[in-house]
Amino acid sequence: MNALQLASEEEIQNPLLPALPEIIIGLIAFAIVFGFLAKKLLPNIEKVLEERREAIEGGIEKADAAQTEAQSVLEQYKAQLAEARHEAARLRQEAQEQGAVIIQEMRAEGQRQREEIIAAGHAQIEADRKAAASALRQDVGTLATTLAGKLVGESLEDHARQSGTVDRFLDELEAKAEAVR
Amino acid sequence: MSADPTTVLAFETDCHIFDGCGFPAPGLHSFVFEPMFTVGGIEINKPMLLAVLSTVVVVGFFWAAFSKPKLVPGKLQMVAEAGYDFIRTGVVYETLGKREGKKYVPLMVSLFFFIWIMNLWAIIPFAQFPVVSVIGFPVALAAIVYILWVSLTFKRHGFVGGWKNISGYDPSIGPALPFVMLIEIMSNLLIRPFTHAVRLFANMFAGHVLLLIFTIASWYLLNGIGIAYAGVSFVMTILMTAFELFIQALQAYVFVLLACNYIQGALAKEH
Repeated sequence: MNALQLASEEEIQNPLLPALPEIIIGLIAFAIVFGFLAKKLLPNIEKVLEERREAIEGGIEKADAAQTEAQSVLEQYKAQLAEARHEAARLRQEAQEQGAVIIQEMRAEGQRQREEIIAAGHAQIEADRKAAASALRQDVGTLATTLAGKLVGESLEDHARQSGTVDRFLDELEAKAEAVR
Repeated sequence: MSADPTTVLAFETDCHIFDGCGFPAPGLHSFVFEPMFTVGGIEINKPMLLAVLSTVVVVGFFWAAFSKPKLVPGKLQMVAEAGYDFIRTGVVYETLGKREGKKYVPLMVSLFFFIWIMNLWAIIPFAQFPVVSVIGFPVALAAIVYILWVSLTFKRHGFVGGWKNISGYDPSIGPALPFVMLIEIMSNLLIRPFTHAVRLFANMFAGHVLLLIFTIASWYLLNGIGIAYAGVSFVMTILMTAFELFIQALQAYVFVLLACNYIQGALAKEH
């Protein structure tokens, strides 16, 4: 037993010297591992990893597309809303302007009618005043000449009518009243 | 005293402290295995069998996970995808970029998981041997990477450009250029593949020796007052096992990362 051990120890004095059988077995063993992994198993998993990546990215792309669509719809909706608001504001503005114009017109119309009524009133008063003045002048003249005739004792009516004394007197009075006013 | 390499255990079981029996220390003999059977002229021993089993485990795992991959992954596929993505994105794309790196993803994924499982045997009960602590296996894997990056260098830059790339040709260095080129060529063509293989080998070799020391000691000290020491040693065994679990994955990762770095250097425009 000792001899055998010594012999084998001498055989392997240098553990750094490789033996050919081990190199060959090592190469074959590794070649089999490499063959299976490189030719079949790793391409298999690489394909699946690629598919998975695509599946995940496809999902992400779909989600992206949905989000983009939602965004565009939202923007569209917002734009419509803004447009509607704008339209409403415009209508309100228009209505206000129209209302202002109508009020203006009504006011002008009222003013005009008022002035017309006032003018008509003035004209009526003037006409009445003139009628009253001429009637008064007539009556005052008649009364005055009648009174004067009674005082004098004879009828002065004809004379006064002929000479226009009464009229002249009244005109003077009027002129004085005008001057005072 | 003698540790028969043909026995299933790495040491003699009837040897304890205070029995006049010396510590059956592990050594190079712990890494020698008698052939178990012969296939096609090659004598198959334990490490070789474990290497082949690693192939079965890696292919079996990825077959179960990726043979009928689903868009919505199951648990197994999810775990395998995480491992795949760790090497693809975390190592290959990180060093080579997505465009250049795509081609090398299967190689690096295969390398990582193959090495990791070969390392993992170190703490699997009954296997308990890291395959890459036999130098032949890391040499085979490092050779694949070496041939790949050297041929890539010449394919990408042509004959002269390839030598310029490997020698770090840079006239601005001045008179020191010949020395620099010599050192660079030595470093890249001779030392690099050696360290690439040995880094993996030596880490797993040392890890296995450590585990053996504490495991054997736990058993050897199991006599009289020694039982207290054995307890300490056993705790160390557990701690070292956990530590090895970490180192195994780390070394597989480092091997693959370096492989990517070498390829990246081969594809780089100029030094």
